Amino acid sequence: MAGFFTSRLFFISLALVIIAATLPLYVSGYVLGLLTVAFYFGVFAMAWDLLFGFAGEVNFGPTFLIGVGAYTAGILNAQFGWSVYLCIVLGALASVIAGLVLALPALRVRGPYFGLTTLVAVLMLQNFIVVFADLTGGEIGLTIPDVITINAGANYWIALAFMTISAAILYGLSQSPVGLVLQASGQDPVQAGALGFNIVKHKLAAFIVSAFFSGLSGALLVFYFGTASVGTVVDVAVGVNVIVSAVLGGRRTVLGAALGAIFLIVAGEFLRPTGELATFIVSAVALLVVLFFPGGFLGAALSREARS
Amino acid sequence: MRAFQILIDGFAISALYALGATGFTLIFGVSGVLNLSHGAIMVAAAVAAWAAASILGVGTYAGALIGVGVALLTAFLTYFAVVKPIQDSRRIPNEEKEIFVLTGTLLWGIMIQELIAYFFTNNAKTVLPIVEGVVDILGVRTPKNEIFTAIVCCLVIGLLWLLVNRTRTGKAVLAASMNPRGVTLLGLELTNIYIVVWAIYGILAGIAGVLLGMFLGVSSYSVGPLTASAFSIVVLGGLGSVSGSLIAAFVVGYLETLTAYLVSPAYRTIPALLLLVFVMYIRPQGLLGRR
Repeated sequence: MAGFFTSRLFFISLALVIIAATLPLYVSGYVLGLLTVAFYFGVFAMAWDLLFGFAGEVNFGPTFLIGVGAYTAGILNAQFGWSVYLCIVLGALASVIAGLVLALPALRVRGPYFGLTTLVAVLMLQNFIVVFADLTGGEIGLTIPDVITINAGANYWIALAFMTISAAILYGLSQSPVGLVLQASGQDPVQAGALGFNIVKHKLAAFIVSAFFSGLSGALLVFYFGTASVGTVVDVAVGVNVIVSAVLGGRRTVLGAALGAIFLIVAGEFLRPTGELATFIVSAVALLVVLFFPGGFLGAALSREARS
Repeated sequence: MRAFQILIDGFAISALYALGATGFTLIFGVSGVLNLSHGAIMVAAAVAAWAAASILGVGTYAGALIGVGVALLTAFLTYFAVVKPIQDSRRIPNEEKEIFVLTGTLLWGIMIQELIAYFFTNNAKTVLPIVEGVVDILGVRTPKNEIFTAIVCCLVIGLLWLLVNRTRTGKAVLAASMNPRGVTLLGLELTNIYIVVWAIYGILAGIAGVLLGMFLGVSSYSVGPLTASAFSIVVLGGLGSVSGSLIAAFVVGYLETLTAYLVSPAYRTIPALLLLVFVMYIRPQGLLGRR
């Protein structure tokens, strides 16, 4: 861990964050808005990577955790008028509880069965939102009266700071002894168990941490958008984007997941002139990366460094 | 009256689900691949049949054949361009191949979906039915097409059963699903068996897609829900168990029809999802699955 502060990765990350922090001084509000969303997405992807890359659990429903956090915060603010910050904290807590409820049955099953359980959770949440339209705004979405701030620069800094702190915590966790136990239990649960580690406890902890950051980020995103809708925080397609980001950036790297998310959102915006083909091109690029650079961007860069 | 209607409609939907899910479960059983581009292949078949019959005007029979052919081609493309490279890759550790196949086929499915939307728009398309008109069964006005769908589904599933249990190729496929290494030791090329399975899968998905296009109509938006329903049916029945999938298809099909008729079409999918969660709780390996 101590070696990290002198490693090249640390200095590159530090330089990137410093450059990113100065962006509001010379780029337009449009670019800032785009990057703000990308940073929140980065946290989604990092939280997912902790669960998949380290605990080895394929969570097909990252948007279940994100959606619960986002909608709890949104509903508490829109229906009861509670203060924004309280709503954000409660949203993150609700997400943790939802993560626990999901994890307890889901961790009994493995592989594709686990994936399906998490996928079903998303579909249930989606149905729930549509059925209880009075409370949730249904398919149209929920309009939220309060926002954190309307200043594009301030929103950008909040998102950047949030992503940086989350990245530091999640990366630190992944490199800590707990992260190693998680990695071991993901790769060979029987052997890790035989070495005396409580696998279920560790995986549950990973689930809670992942849920906490997903929910917090979802709640923040809702107060940035000013609305909560199925299409932006719950839909399976959003979850697919999160998964693709993490695999694209490099699984098991945590930081790569954030890079992948930023790439995905910025690339989607650059390709907007191509109209309907944008999604096709992004998916095709992602597929090529999966086929030819299975380690992802950061995985490829790190392995090259390790070789030289 | 209403009971008969539910019985008849439910049967047609269930038979269609069963056909769609059988190929899916066969591939998983034999090669351990969960093909998340399943819905896209079905929609590609339906759209091809629609385009051939409505735009090129080749007639309904030729259109249906073209649809199945397109599905077969797409299935082969899926195997050779996406699944096989991942399975053969040395850079992907073995224990992670599953998630890579899932991600790869998912992206591939999105690509097919977007191409269909680009060339043929997002509008819903209904394939011209092979048989037209309605008949009266026990007081229920039933489209002949619905009966045709149910009969074709049952016939194809019956043929598949004969193929798997009565022919040499089928037995090799069955053996590969039980013990791939044993099959290799007997001198059979595993890759050839996979190609046969993907061919069977392509034809099944193609027929299911074309029938779905005639019966309910498809659009590029149906890709996700179709994959999800096949996935949940297969898991409910037990991954890799063909008979389990058949039972699960009928359970889900009737549950959805009952809900749509008796409660509200808006809640159609909810009971099936609840059942799925319940089954995962008490019997994680599915109805007929082996651990």
